[in-house]
Amino acid sequence: MSASLTITGLEMRRGSRQILSGVNLEVSPGEICGLFGASGAGKSTILRAVAALDPFSAGSIDVGDFSLVPGPVPRESQLRQLRKRVGMVFQAHSLFEHLNALDNITLAPVHAHGIPQSRASEDARALLDSLGVAHRADAYPRELSGGEAQRVAIARALAPGPMILLMDEPTAALDPARREALGETLRALAREGRALLIATHDMEFARGYTDRQIILAEGRIESGPASRAED
Amino acid sequence: MIAAGLGRRPQFVQVAWSSIEASAERGDFDIGMSGVEDRPALRARRAVTLPYFEFREVLAVRPGDSARYQRLADLRGRKVATLGSTMAYDLLLDAQRESGVVPVSYDDDVHPYTDLVAGRVDAVLLDHVIAERALRRTPGFVIQSEPVAIGHYVGVLAKSNTALRDSVDEILRSRMRDGSLEKSFRSWNVWDDSQARHFERVLSETPAAGGAGNAGELTMSGITSYLPSLLRAAGVTALLSILSMAIAVSVGLGVAAGRVYGGRMVRSVLAIYVEVIRGTPVLLQLFVIYYGLSGVVRLPAFAAAVIGLGLNYAAYESEIYRAALEAINRAQLEAARTLGLSEVQIFRFVRGPQALRLALAPMTNDFVALLKDSSLVSVITVVELTKQTAIYATNTGSWVVPGILCAAIYLVFSLPLSRFARRLERKWSAA
Repeated sequence: MSASLTITGLEMRRGSRQILSGVNLEVSPGEICGLFGASGAGKSTILRAVAALDPFSAGSIDVGDFSLVPGPVPRESQLRQLRKRVGMVFQAHSLFEHLNALDNITLAPVHAHGIPQSRASEDARALLDSLGVAHRADAYPRELSGGEAQRVAIARALAPGPMILLMDEPTAALDPARREALGETLRALAREGRALLIATHDMEFARGYTDRQIILAEGRIESGPASRAED
Repeated sequence: MIAAGLGRRPQFVQVAWSSIEASAERGDFDIGMSGVEDRPALRARRAVTLPYFEFREVLAVRPGDSARYQRLADLRGRKVATLGSTMAYDLLLDAQRESGVVPVSYDDDVHPYTDLVAGRVDAVLLDHVIAERALRRTPGFVIQSEPVAIGHYVGVLAKSNTALRDSVDEILRSRMRDGSLEKSFRSWNVWDDSQARHFERVLSETPAAGGAGNAGELTMSGITSYLPSLLRAAGVTALLSILSMAIAVSVGLGVAAGRVYGGRMVRSVLAIYVEVIRGTPVLLQLFVIYYGLSGVVRLPAFAAAVIGLGLNYAAYESEIYRAALEAINRAQLEAARTLGLSEVQIFRFVRGPQALRLALAPMTNDFVALLKDSSLVSVITVVELTKQTAIYATNTGSWVVPGILCAAIYLVFSLPLSRFARRLERKWSAA
């Protein structure tokens, strides 16, 4: 099966500092790939490059048949294909504070992807239900617990139907029970055929719930790509 | 001359012309003189010297209009300028009722004539002394020979100060008799035959203390007679504030958006605009827009006031909006981008609505401030609530009742707004 995400020779520098060098990485459909490393190793930087939030200086990023090339981040109008295929869940969930959970999820489908409000709401409720937070549909972000907010954020990222889900430090604010639940959720998402790329410094979580761990240090891949699926 | 007669050393105290009477009563000085007009109400309220000079209220018009506009009645529907709170202003108010003249009130005696020459007003009604001096300074108009009315200048003293007043009257009489007052008037180029006749009349009259007459328009009927004009002026204040705020909000939004989203060039131009506006007095800005730009665009006073206040407040509004826009955390905006929303959609659905919540309370406070600052536009001849109150106070010689009425009207406007702002603040801070 061809990879959902292929990163080849990714380089990034900020001024004279080399942030990433020679990063090669592939994530296949149905695979959960863990990007492991200390703070500042470059995990989030890779996710941000894939989500076209930050530019990179060399290499390429391919998502299906869409390619990102070095140089300034393209205009949003040129990123429509990427935006449909890549979902991202931020570390501090970053829900829209003025909208309730349901509206957080339907905003993009309705306004960016032209899905009728009624269908978007239906889909959003189904997503919330599958993530176990259907009863919080009308709650505002400030009223949600950390775990609930994260689930709503996952639902929001999934609403446009991406083939890849990027997650930045998803366990940062979770207690052990919640971590386990999150792991199960990720497994379920992978079973549906999505590729997941998870940046984390939580080795235990990475070992327990990812198919493959890539260890990153000072912007380089140190080990991997050992895949559990290939064991 | 008077001080010498009294054996005292004269000391000059400067106050606004319209405050001379009130300052004399307060005791800021013993005697106020500078074209103080002899009016029955003034005589009743204060101690007043004998009339030492006779003036004529004369019409000044542009040369081309001198045949058309000879009397006030010829000026139906035309703008006629004068100083506020004067006998001439009262004459114009009468003429407004009788023949539809449009009075325009100024705070100084220079701009009525420059605006006449510039075509902003069609005539000026003021004392002949002022008109002749203006003609030397600003040629380009003619003074109609037929006076509209005759009046007299007096010195004004505190009501209780009749002893000093009597001494001053004695001195004035003796200087009229011995010709020294005439000599002074001649040296100032204000002597003419009418003064000689006036002196004769004054000297033939027996001294009589003032005191009779209608002192107070501070009666109930006095208040009710002023209420319509106060309410009209309050309407001007409200309309002016609302229109200015509309400009301030729209321009402010544009400036804030430009400073947050614009390129370097746009950002620096807008930053200069904001700093210049915030760093200079709004009074100066009003003068520049109304008088300074009159060579380029000749704005009507009300429009100039709305634009001046609007552009001034736009600078402050833009800072509120900019701060509010920048207060929305970046991660939310990035999340919106990764979801496929365009910059415009992010502004409309994510950033704007949240920024608006943050901005609403400070905006409401600004509107209350604008409501009060709108009183500044009287310097460019717009008669709004505070100006109307000042006219009322000058005419009645007291600030007590007009001041209370005026404050009450401002509070009726501003209190609900302040309450609204506080409620919003509480609501959003709880959120």
